[in-house]
Amino acid sequence: MTATTVSAARQSSPGWLKNLRTLVSGQEGALTLSLVLLVIVVGTANPRFLAQQNISDILLNSSYIAVAAIGMSAVIISGNIDISVGAMIGVLATISGQLSIVPGMPIWISWLVPLIVGPLIGAVTGFLVAYLRIPSIVVSLGMMSILKGGLILATGGVWIYNMPPEYKLAQQSFLGLPVPVYFMLVLTILAALWMRYSPSGRAIYAVGGNKEAALLSGISSRTVLMRVFMFNGLMVGISSVLFATQFSSIQSTVPNGLELTIITSAVVGGVSILGGTGTVIGATLATILLRAIGNGMIFINVSAYWLQAVQGTLILVTVLIDLLRRRRQAAQIRG
Amino acid sequence: MAVTERSSQLTKQSNPIVSRLRAVVLSKEGILFLIMIAAMFILSLLTDKFLTTNNLLNQLRLVTEIGLMALPMTFIIITGGIDLSVGSIFGLSAIVMGFLWQDSGWPLELAIIMCIVVGTIAGFINGLFIVRVGVPPLIMTLATLALYRGMALGVSEARSARGFPDWFFDLGQRQFLGIPSQLWILLIAAIMVGIILARTPFGRGIYAMGNNELAARFSGIPVRLYKLVIYTFSGFMAGLAGYIFTSRISTTRADMGTGLELDVIAAVVLGGTSINGGSGSIVGTMIGLILIQLLKNGLLLGGVKGDATIVIIGAILILAILINNLVQRRTGGD
Repeated sequence: MTATTVSAARQSSPGWLKNLRTLVSGQEGALTLSLVLLVIVVGTANPRFLAQQNISDILLNSSYIAVAAIGMSAVIISGNIDISVGAMIGVLATISGQLSIVPGMPIWISWLVPLIVGPLIGAVTGFLVAYLRIPSIVVSLGMMSILKGGLILATGGVWIYNMPPEYKLAQQSFLGLPVPVYFMLVLTILAALWMRYSPSGRAIYAVGGNKEAALLSGISSRTVLMRVFMFNGLMVGISSVLFATQFSSIQSTVPNGLELTIITSAVVGGVSILGGTGTVIGATLATILLRAIGNGMIFINVSAYWLQAVQGTLILVTVLIDLLRRRRQAAQIRG
Repeated sequence: MAVTERSSQLTKQSNPIVSRLRAVVLSKEGILFLIMIAAMFILSLLTDKFLTTNNLLNQLRLVTEIGLMALPMTFIIITGGIDLSVGSIFGLSAIVMGFLWQDSGWPLELAIIMCIVVGTIAGFINGLFIVRVGVPPLIMTLATLALYRGMALGVSEARSARGFPDWFFDLGQRQFLGIPSQLWILLIAAIMVGIILARTPFGRGIYAMGNNELAARFSGIPVRLYKLVIYTFSGFMAGLAGYIFTSRISTTRADMGTGLELDVIAAVVLGGTSINGGSGSIVGTMIGLILIQLLKNGLLLGGVKGDATIVIIGAILILAILINNLVQRRTGGD
């Protein structure tokens, strides 16, 4: 739905047919199409897949990943990567959970603190990348170790229980959909608008596409990178609150491999790992698609053991389709 | 800093030996080596259990698998690529070996060969898609990270293979000429691969590709073939490492080696190989590998908790690159 409106708005030339064609040939269109196909195929094979509860579950479980994938998309578009996001989510969720069980502490503080600490961690990473010019993969690899070790050191990896019911933001519903779904939708739209239409958003593409050209056109790549990593920190902060409030208990460790899930969402969503291209809408659609695939396979009785293998194959297929599409587009431009 | 300045004054008097020495000491590997010696010195003060031949050899035994995979990873990162799937190939190869032997009744010798063959094929598939279809290495290996791990899970259905005969443990748990057996493999492989990278046209081609792939192609370097070779080699080493690891810990499970790719990459990057490609060395990778393990072990023996050790290693990873950046920038200036 959101993809339609924004992609259509992007198209300045009139003609709905042309609009539709650009939409379907784009990565966002391809993802939407795959999603529709998946729903039809799995829904026909097993109508229970289409039950409102299941759809709402898929969306709920996509939400915190999609929000983090928004930040990751910005980081990758700027020509960098952040491997520490999984560890950040672990740390921030623990902080949030711990604050929520402090007697007499207003609940909103436990929601707010991750949104402050997240950008602070992002600022440290951003500073090391932008000003000290250490490659982001190294910085975030180091940051991951520091956060992971620090978290277990500080907490011993204990489980946090007994969070007050009003803390559990992600378990609330509004108009039949879980609250995190609205976070996912609104943040995706806002981020997409910011990155597409504002100068500070366009600058991210410029820095990722061609650093020198960006510099010559008066863009300070340092400022942009600082902003990107702090933005990523904010998104991870929000993601961690959604994550922490979704479950009845939080283990104060780092969720295993979460960073790869998030990076995969961004990449399958069409964000080029070489920097400079991609959209957050693609990333969000990819998150939902990947979740729906995982969920759908259970409904058509794929053995749980083969789930990950099928998922890996599908990621590969998505990437290949995108690659072929781009090659054809490039040929069209040349021809 | 003071040392640096003094040595730079010395070279102004242009003594060829001193300036040669200075070049070695101030190279990325030289700096890293000094950091390693300093770390070993400090760690040996923390505990007298650290600096013993037995302990050091044992620590090297533990890093053999990561070391073997770090060799091709050095090549790959120098070309500007990456292989995130090595941990999954490692797990898949070992699972195939375990279940061919345990469930399908293959002779163990043949299963071991299949372990390495499966790894090699997995790496070859990565390489094939990267050079033939043009999938960026990060995306290709991200996909196969999930795919190969998924296959390992599917084949094993989360069971483990165990109960290997006694001779199977020779490589992983015993010694040969007073040194842990598998260490010989790492030693020989590192020397051979180091020479190939530093002294052959193939090695120079790898650097050329990392600096400017297009220019490398135009100067007649078979870029695609070289890439196919290094990704296949990466799979081969991951398969071999899977076998050695199984022999060391006596059992194999599908989740074996999860996240190992980051340890491998950390060793390579700490060793001074630029993640953007174009520079790096096997010597650096080996120092990086040993430095990480000695820190882990020394701090643990010194009574530092395991989790604090991870924190320190993370900080050292960033610091070492930072120091090296500063030194290289300073010396690169004159």
